[in-house]
Amino acid sequence: MTMAASRLNAPILRIEGLEMRFGGVAALQGIDYEVPAGIIQAVIGPNGAGKTTLFNCISGMVKPSNGAISFDGRRIEGLAPHRIAGFGVSRTFQHVALFRKMTVLENVMLGRHSRTRHGFFATGLRLPGMRSEEKLIRQKALEFLDFVSLARFAELDAGTLPLGKQKILEIARALATEPRLILLDEPAGGLNMRETEELGDLIQGIKELGVTVLLVEHDMNLIMDISDRVLVLDFGRVLASGTPAQIKEDSAVIGAYLGVEIQC
Amino acid sequence: MGRKNRLILLGTALFIGFFPVMVTNIKAVSHYVDVMVFAGIFTLVSIGLSLLMGYAGQISLAQAAFFGIGAYTSGILTAKFGLDPLLAMPAGMILCGLVAWIIGMPALRLRGHYLAMATLGFGVIVNIVLGEEVNWTGGPSGMSDIPALRIAGYKITSDIAWYYLVWGIVFCVLIFCLHVIHSRVGRALRAIHEEEKAAECMGVPTARYKVRVFILGAVFAAIAGSLYAHYVTCINPSSFNLMWSIRFMLMVMVGGMQSIWGALVGTVLMTFIGNEWLRMFAEFEVLVYGSILLAVALFLPGGIVSLGSIAALRSRKRASALEDAGS
Repeated sequence: MTMAASRLNAPILRIEGLEMRFGGVAALQGIDYEVPAGIIQAVIGPNGAGKTTLFNCISGMVKPSNGAISFDGRRIEGLAPHRIAGFGVSRTFQHVALFRKMTVLENVMLGRHSRTRHGFFATGLRLPGMRSEEKLIRQKALEFLDFVSLARFAELDAGTLPLGKQKILEIARALATEPRLILLDEPAGGLNMRETEELGDLIQGIKELGVTVLLVEHDMNLIMDISDRVLVLDFGRVLASGTPAQIKEDSAVIGAYLGVEIQC
Repeated sequence: MGRKNRLILLGTALFIGFFPVMVTNIKAVSHYVDVMVFAGIFTLVSIGLSLLMGYAGQISLAQAAFFGIGAYTSGILTAKFGLDPLLAMPAGMILCGLVAWIIGMPALRLRGHYLAMATLGFGVIVNIVLGEEVNWTGGPSGMSDIPALRIAGYKITSDIAWYYLVWGIVFCVLIFCLHVIHSRVGRALRAIHEEEKAAECMGVPTARYKVRVFILGAVFAAIAGSLYAHYVTCINPSSFNLMWSIRFMLMVMVGGMQSIWGALVGTVLMTFIGNEWLRMFAEFEVLVYGSILLAVALFLPGGIVSLGSIAALRSRKRASALEDAGS
């Protein structure tokens, strides 16, 4: 089924010859890859393989030294993050980056920013259009909170939530931007087993909404359970790619990364 | 804007409304109406600065310069060209907004305190120009004979009329800002202050927002400058120098920069301290300001408005301690 999906769908993300150097260190070198729309694409690799750097390049937080990134046929490399977000790419962060002193609901409401428009004058004078927009922002944000089952925490400060819930809240905030591609950077980090299972269900729910998921994760069970395709990075290069089953059998991957410990 | 803010607004409006009635009958403090006119004018400047400091996390040392540009634009256009003061004021606002845009664009695109440095330089330049362009500004001795404000044929001259005019404008600006803060724009500003990178990735054009807050602050300062010029009718460059920019910053910090109310409380308090209670220190005034700044930074970083929440927290703690002891 996954092979059929990759044959049917045009790529939503195309990476060509991507290079990222920090001084003398090459974090990414010559990455060529395509992600078909509508799948869960995992990105794995040892620490320092360049996974987060890849995310930072796609979301615009760093400007690649070389190469091209196209989202839905549009070149996005080197653009400001807020513009890329506007096109429909959203992300979460490895180290939770919530607005801690804002409420849970306000965090998600902020996610609506690029889908709304009223500025200083309209909000300062409370023009009618702005009021109805504000109501809609709240209503939509509550829907997204409901989708990730955090609605009952809406009025708490985001910083007071336990880490597991904060990670989920980041996903809700990212979803509120109505992305077509969402980048999840180690969403299971710091989660216990039950929370990780729920996260797996949530990510599959996101896929069912029609959003393509790019997932960096260390939890192999989660990766093997939910992803349609896996990309393995090692020292900034593509080591292997394929279905989870193919990756499990790939000798290069086993040698470089998975070792002999994997249980399947 | 929330129930709490509405209540505070109502309370403040009542106090400001009845203040002249309370003080005018008491001889020793009857001139407090005049002090409060100045406090209101300065509040317009400090509200803009508090948005910039508290929400965009940036410091500007040019607020006195914008205040000065507003004052001199009004002064020159009305005294030398006979323009209506009500037209001169928007001219000053537009000029200040443009200048702020030109300075803010490059300085606010960079992370760090580049705006503080850029505005420091700009403030000094403006002060030199005001002092040297004798033909236009009257030089160091300043310009006088700035005509009084006229609204719908009525000349505004008495302290009481000025008091209600200035504070009316302050309340309009205050309500405008409260609406902005409790909206999409305000959430974006708070998000920028807390996690700039995350805000940017969620679609907030962070540099653009910082520039706009800076422009808004400059425009408010221009309104204040224009009112000041028509109220005192003679102005000179020493009211718009770096020391005044620092005073505006101090007003915001003393009141508490996390809240727009802090700007109001801090400004009124500092104006009374500066205009009334510190007269005896004369030249040592600067020393006192320095000490106040130091004390606030060390012991009350949240400013005066944080006293309320600290007290609430203490009483809650005491209540829970009592409960623990009881059980």
